[in-house]
Amino acid sequence: MRTYALRRILQTIPILFIISVLLFFMVRAAPGGPLTAARRNPNITEEQIQKLEAQLGLNRPLPVQYVEWVGKMLRGDMGQSIKFRRPVSEMIGERIPNTLLLVGISFVLTLLIALPVGILSARKPYSLFDYIATTITFMGQSLPVYWLGLGLILVFYVMLKNPINGNPLFPGGGMNTFGKEGDFLDTLWHLALPVTALSLGWAAWYSRFLRSSLLDVLHEDYVRTARAKGVIDRNVYYKHALRNAILPLVTLIALDLPTLFAGALFVETIFSWPGMGRLFWDAARGRDYPVLLGVVMITAVLIISANILADLAYGFLDPQVTYE
Amino acid sequence: MSELSKPAIKEQNMTLLVIRRFFKHRLAGIAIGALVLLILSAVLASLSQYSPTQQEPINSFKPATADHWFGTDELGRDIFTRILYGGRVSLAVGLLSSFSSVLIGVIVGALSGYFGGWLDSVLMRVTDAFLTFPTLFVLILLGAFLREQPIPWLKNSVLVVIVIIAILSWMWPARLVRSLFLVLREREFVSATRALGGSNTRIIMRHILPNCIGPIMVTGTLQMAYAIITESGLSYLGFGVQPPTPTWGSILSTAQVHVFKAPWLAFYPGLMIFITVMAINYIGDGLRDAFDPYVIHTGNQ
Repeated sequence: MRTYALRRILQTIPILFIISVLLFFMVRAAPGGPLTAARRNPNITEEQIQKLEAQLGLNRPLPVQYVEWVGKMLRGDMGQSIKFRRPVSEMIGERIPNTLLLVGISFVLTLLIALPVGILSARKPYSLFDYIATTITFMGQSLPVYWLGLGLILVFYVMLKNPINGNPLFPGGGMNTFGKEGDFLDTLWHLALPVTALSLGWAAWYSRFLRSSLLDVLHEDYVRTARAKGVIDRNVYYKHALRNAILPLVTLIALDLPTLFAGALFVETIFSWPGMGRLFWDAARGRDYPVLLGVVMITAVLIISANILADLAYGFLDPQVTYE
Repeated sequence: MSELSKPAIKEQNMTLLVIRRFFKHRLAGIAIGALVLLILSAVLASLSQYSPTQQEPINSFKPATADHWFGTDELGRDIFTRILYGGRVSLAVGLLSSFSSVLIGVIVGALSGYFGGWLDSVLMRVTDAFLTFPTLFVLILLGAFLREQPIPWLKNSVLVVIVIIAILSWMWPARLVRSLFLVLREREFVSATRALGGSNTRIIMRHILPNCIGPIMVTGTLQMAYAIITESGLSYLGFGVQPPTPTWGSILSTAQVHVFKAPWLAFYPGLMIFITVMAINYIGDGLRDAFDPYVIHTGNQ
């Protein structure tokens, strides 16, 4: 088990290496570069631009810049944002908790919807409930999160008003009302729409997946054995079948993480939620390279670690799995 | 040869059988109709009396009227026409990038699954690496980067979007095809062909691949839905197909700015993405049923 975990961690090194090389050279080879704005400014002379380049280290050969960048990365130093003149690690550090809060709460809500819907559908397949649930999940799977987010803003921010004070029913963006920073209830109020936008689509995928996975398992011999032994129906589902049906869902979620982060990026952009996705989007528009590289690398590390965790979790959930 | 030696069972054409089974899934049949309609409307977009870029500032922000079926945007452009032209981009990206990603996936998966050994290890490590890419982040980076290159054909942003979506989404078909090949290569008909002297190419192309066609087509629909949602999302964020080419995503993106003034602007492009993706998903569902000999037909499964 320990050797397996170690091997998996070692395997990530080439992956991270490939990602970092690709991203670094792609980003740095782009013409325009971070000093485009400065170049367009007639008040800044060519000499001053060269000085700036030297100051930012942009005039040295790319491989040299790469090695230096990786060396610094490994020490936790991701450079300085060109636009904000602040350490990238600090900027990302501020944003990570916000993204994790958004994704975490959405994920919990997703499971709270998907598990009951998936189980009920599988318990009575082709029933009226199943029919309605499958149709709704089909729609949910086809609903682009950015459209859903806009729709929620339109309905709950623009159209519906709070009957008491006439303010919008839910905030259209941000994390806190001005002057209420740190008030968790206020943050929750701001979370309502973004979390709904994220969870509905995910819940649709997971409930459908759980339904078919449960239906597969229900044909297995051990389910028939349990029934033959006289195990009551509820226990057949929850103790015997569900535990096995959940296994593929764990893999799916782990493989799906890039999609989850992508969803978070859209939602953060739409609702101006101060998370990593929003930071990345702003940086991409301003070609703020150190920030872009930092966010992609951190996201990649998060995804890879979650994948390893999922693999290890598999061992706890399924005693048949052995790690050679 | 006498009449008696003919097989007693009526021979059935496999393709016809699949088509018949497909249309038993009513919603899939409707979905095919909807998709054909969408493709036709995109192809025939130029029949509209408006141009997608023609501006009429006097007529900006008009709600739906008899002249402008879906209303007009902030520059007085006809939304209906822009949606039709946007469909060209979305459907082209959907069809071409799903085709390319499935093609790459089939090649990688077939080589990996059939030959196994070191080739399999190498290809699967690469696949794993791609699967851990934060895809959308890389897409945004690539989108921003490629368009800045001083190479003319890279400026054709639709092509760029097709290629980068394909490059970042072939992994799922690859894993699927590999798993199919792992099972099928052990089957008797493969051993039989090999004993008869059939080459590897022949076994792969003539014997194993045709047996995978069902799952490959189903995964193709998933890829197409993914490609359309991703392209629209990229354009929505401003890193996909660039203006003035109208796309559903970019129409939605300008609509967001004017959501107070003209909420209908946001409604139509999103609805089109939704309908298209749902049609494709239902087609995938119908194909899954049609190719699976054990499925019970219920119309919606």
